[in-house]
Amino acid sequence: MLLDVKLGQLPTWLAMRDFTPGGVVGALRRGYDRYFNKYINVKKGGLGGISMLLASYVVVSYIWSYSHLKHDRHRKYH
Amino acid sequence: MNLSFFDQFMSPHLMGIPLTLLSLLLPTLLLPAPNNRWVTNRLSTLQLWLLNTITKQLMTPLNKKAHKWALILTSLMTMLLAINLLGLLPYTFTPTTQLSMNMALAFPLWLATLLTGLRNQPSISIGHLLPEGTPTPLIPALILIETTSLLIRPLALGVRLTANLTAGHLLIQLISTAVMALLPIMPVMSTLTAMILFLLTILEIAVAMIQAYVFVLLLTLYLQENI
Repeated sequence: MLLDVKLGQLPTWLAMRDFTPGGVVGALRRGYDRYFNKYINVKKGGLGGISMLLASYVVVSYIWSYSHLKHDRHRKYH
Repeated sequence: MNLSFFDQFMSPHLMGIPLTLLSLLLPTLLLPAPNNRWVTNRLSTLQLWLLNTITKQLMTPLNKKAHKWALILTSLMTMLLAINLLGLLPYTFTPTTQLSMNMALAFPLWLATLLTGLRNQPSISIGHLLPEGTPTPLIPALILIETTSLLIRPLALGVRLTANLTAGHLLIQLISTAVMALLPIMPVMSTLTAMILFLLTILEIAVAMIQAYVFVLLLTLYLQENI
């Protein structure tokens, strides 16, 4: 539904969204169900479905630990 | 000189918000609930097969009363397996490297087996403190030794899991540091060390699975004695 919104209507669309905890959980649940039903809940799902999840987990872990990792950039001895 | 080798074991924080709960709950995303169909998706089929194998393997030696523990032991096994294996990915945080978490898992479960035994069959449970056929002069010493062995079980369970995983992760980090440091200087040595790193990674995958299995297996053994 976000892809159908025109760019000028974006602030109005954002104002209409349900930002209560229940609404956020519902949105996360719907997003997860969309991913799950497209890539994993198919009869002959391949390696790609889980690999995308694991790769995104690695990327998110990197982002979470970035503030810690940036001290290692110019260090001589790690 | 600040050593940063232990930084991988720090609990992840995002602007002050602890993310430990999130990294603990992550394996639930990879374990979808099986739906009502006769032929489900491949992931569900594989996972159901794995769960059935684990449950059969763990629960066969136990008697009927102990089968009430099947759910908690199988789910514990699945969680430890998932957390250990996910921790081998780069930049991820492994909650089972924290002693606090492993003790929190080991201590209550061991205590539950002990109390079950003491409540339902007290003389048999206490009778386990003296192995059959011991010579009479040795009895007092052996009772003390067996009691110590009994009381140290939760500590051993927790520390075994922590130490194995922490040591593995540290080794991987150290050897990969060596590979990167040797690369500009002696490329041949660097390649050899990289082969060692490859073998070590295979070992770590095996250790991750074995340690989860050993944890739960020992709990079933303690349960067998007491139920």
